[in-house]
Amino acid sequence: MPIKILMPALSPTMEKGNLARWLKKEGDTIKSGDVLAEIETDKATMEVEAVDEGVLAKILVPDGAQDVKVNELIALIAGEGEDVKAVASGAGASASAPAAKAEAPAPKAEAPAPKAEAAPAPVAAPAAEPAPAAKSAAAPSGGRVFASPLAKRLAKEAGIEIAAIEGSGPHGRVVERDVKAAIAGGGAKKAAPQAASAPKAPALAAGMSDETIKKLFEPGSFEEVPHDSMRKVIAKRLVEAKQTIPHFYLTVDCNLTSLLAAREAINAAAPKGKDKQPAYKISVNDFVIKALAMALQRVPEANVTFTENTMLKHRHSDVAVAVSIPGGLITPVVRKAETKGLAAISAEMKDLATRARSRKLQPQEYQGGSTAVSNLGMFGIKNFQAVINPPHATILAVGAGEERVIVEKGQMKVATMMSVTLSTDHRAVDGALGAELISAFKDLIENPVGMLV
Amino acid sequence: MSNYDVLIIGGGPGGYVAAIRAAQLGLKTAVIEREHLGGICLNWGCIPTKALLRSAEIYHYATHAKDYGLGIEGKVTFDPAAIVKRSRGVSAQLNGGIGFLMKKNKIDVIWGEATISKVGEVVVTETKKPVVQPQNPIPKGVMGPGTYQAKHIIVATGARPRVLPGIEPDGKLIWTYFEAMVPPAFPKSLIVMGSGAIGIEFASFYRTMGVEVTVVEVLPQIMPVEDAEISAHARKRFEKQGMKILTSTKVTKVEKKANSVVCTLEDDKGAKQTIEAERMISAVGVVCNTEGLGLEKLGVKLDRGAIVTDGLGKTNVAGVYAIGDVAGPPMLAHKAEHEGVLCVEAIKGLHPHAMEKTMIPGCTYCHPQVASVGLTEAKAKEAGIAVKIGRFPFAGNGKAIALGEPEGLVKTIFDAKTGKLLGAHMVGAEVTELIQGYVVAMNCETTEEELIHTVFPHPTLSEMMHESVMDAYGRVIHT
Repeated sequence: MPIKILMPALSPTMEKGNLARWLKKEGDTIKSGDVLAEIETDKATMEVEAVDEGVLAKILVPDGAQDVKVNELIALIAGEGEDVKAVASGAGASASAPAAKAEAPAPKAEAPAPKAEAAPAPVAAPAAEPAPAAKSAAAPSGGRVFASPLAKRLAKEAGIEIAAIEGSGPHGRVVERDVKAAIAGGGAKKAAPQAASAPKAPALAAGMSDETIKKLFEPGSFEEVPHDSMRKVIAKRLVEAKQTIPHFYLTVDCNLTSLLAAREAINAAAPKGKDKQPAYKISVNDFVIKALAMALQRVPEANVTFTENTMLKHRHSDVAVAVSIPGGLITPVVRKAETKGLAAISAEMKDLATRARSRKLQPQEYQGGSTAVSNLGMFGIKNFQAVINPPHATILAVGAGEERVIVEKGQMKVATMMSVTLSTDHRAVDGALGAELISAFKDLIENPVGMLV
Repeated sequence: MSNYDVLIIGGGPGGYVAAIRAAQLGLKTAVIEREHLGGICLNWGCIPTKALLRSAEIYHYATHAKDYGLGIEGKVTFDPAAIVKRSRGVSAQLNGGIGFLMKKNKIDVIWGEATISKVGEVVVTETKKPVVQPQNPIPKGVMGPGTYQAKHIIVATGARPRVLPGIEPDGKLIWTYFEAMVPPAFPKSLIVMGSGAIGIEFASFYRTMGVEVTVVEVLPQIMPVEDAEISAHARKRFEKQGMKILTSTKVTKVEKKANSVVCTLEDDKGAKQTIEAERMISAVGVVCNTEGLGLEKLGVKLDRGAIVTDGLGKTNVAGVYAIGDVAGPPMLAHKAEHEGVLCVEAIKGLHPHAMEKTMIPGCTYCHPQVASVGLTEAKAKEAGIAVKIGRFPFAGNGKAIALGEPEGLVKTIFDAKTGKLLGAHMVGAEVTELIQGYVVAMNCETTEEELIHTVFPHPTLSEMMHESVMDAYGRVIHT
């Protein structure tokens, strides 16, 4: 019985990978533990080790093959006492790989074990077993999704993951019209080519129904306000963020002494226009935006967006700023903030905030960005953790600038301090990298002259 | 005077059901009715005709007792007066039931003619319309004329027979369904103008009772809304029973004699003929009851005689709603009921989905029965949908053979691409009781797969529904 070598899954979510190169040739004798080939995915390169012994009879997927499906037959090893040639020629009949079909014209009749149900276990599989990967590809992520049969079929045909569609049928069941709307509006994310969105929790608890919640309160003791579209978007995005983004948090205290002095000097130097108004009035928040933008340039590895298959490394620092508006909030983006002077940032922020409050922003003005600033300092909040707003990889929560007693060189002194907390998407930015980013930010805030260069 | 949350004008199947749902939702509700709780459906439509048709059916079986190995000594006879009396009794019983339901749900019933004087106010006066006799007594404890206030006013006034100029029903020689339902005696011969559900049911009833019946239909097929194949099957059966059917033919002139009418007919090629019959039924559709309600003054929008709504009963005037026949086709009691429920739920602030009109079934209780839901084959093709069609004949079903009903057809239409059930059409025994299986399937958005995986009980007529689906996918068993 020939031993089948199957494309291994390097992670439970892997569906396809590239066969980087073969380290053994056909005819080579294989010992258990030999490295047969190198497999790569977007995340990693791994070696495929042989478990059994024999002779590498046939390579079915050549070097450099792209997008080889997990569990696809990639090679055959002839076991002890097996005819290598027969195994090799038999491969043509049993292999499903198109590449193999093309180059294995051997007549079926001669094949000793064409439909071999052999290979009890995949020969080569580093650590992760392929089985769960295959399963996760087939089953929808999370628990049971309630959807009509027709909706399921339409979603499957359109390549949309049914779990990503919001159901409008009875008890939130996904029905035909929901799938049609998703297809028309692109409302649902396409099923990722990587086995179904793995980051999703295995069973996302559905919240209590409206009726169940209302029953907890005395009838008439509350007013019911239907959600507007902004509330729905906030709810959806933040639930999605907290459920799909592994957050971690880094907090530092920044000494504002120099920054406040610089701010005073800069504002005092502002030229006055005809109306006797200064041309600009820089706020601490403007410094924060600028500092974060420059910090991202200093630590470009953190200026990224995570997607299922790739990391988007942004060239510019597009910093979103959370603006509280009646009934919700919106995050307009200061584009290429690293290239802009403080006065320009200040003027742009004023304009964006004003138009945000009157809900006049264009979509392109609040979409995108790689990070965000959320400042609750004006409410006296000392420190808090913000929720990352996809597609950002980080968000900086800014607390109040306040006088605190600090210790410097063994001496107590009073300084204006500001605590900031960086929430970080661990998929994109690891701990040390996040620390590097927030250190760079702290450095710029504490030495604001750095922002002038 | 009284302040209501919901005031419903019309106590038919739309109105009284809406009222009960409103009461369930805690809304203070009243129904204004001028003639009979239960509306046409219960008093002069769906229900009493079913009673008549039941008599006809039993008569049919009695006269065919030999087919089942039974003998009847002497002649099977019938008494038109007794048949009518039974039919009226059925109506009376249900009519009383509605009164009970109103009381039970603490819904006020206001007797009289309603006019919406302004948004939020209805003036009720004494009934002006001459009431069709025989009529059930006015329920006890009803409120009378006056001015009533309500936050929401629902118009559920229904429809009445359409009258063609020159062929006005006189109640003696030319009947509408009112007179056709309470004949003093059965005529020897009858012309039925119009072959929709009402026309064909009366045609079937009278033909079964031995009357010479001629059906005249202006469109190319009888039961014009039904699938052409089903309609053709039914036609063949009717003709075998001795019914004369003239399609693509219109009545151009009616001459009344002492005890008969002479109709001049003209077909689509211009060929004319005259036929004579003792009586004639005009069943050429219905028109909405929109008059006298004050709708013009309020500026309520109408389209082709029907009140325009948003699918949840809302008209263009805030606080004024319309449901049922008066809100447009399909003019069916079950559509009215459902629309009434949706309308009230929307008023309450629940969020019902507007009714999917393609999933409203239609049933005709002639012999053979006809039932359908969804798109006909022609309509599906017109919409440019690639279809898979399944057919299963009654002749292949064990229960049908055992019942002695080997004629009929179950036809299913699927979207070839998605497996969506687009329509189902049936003709034959008991199909009106079967159709809702497909209606549930459509509402659950099943595909052919779930229908094929469903186990249907044996031996039943419903197995034909299973087989028809399998036929559409090339795997029928019993043909």
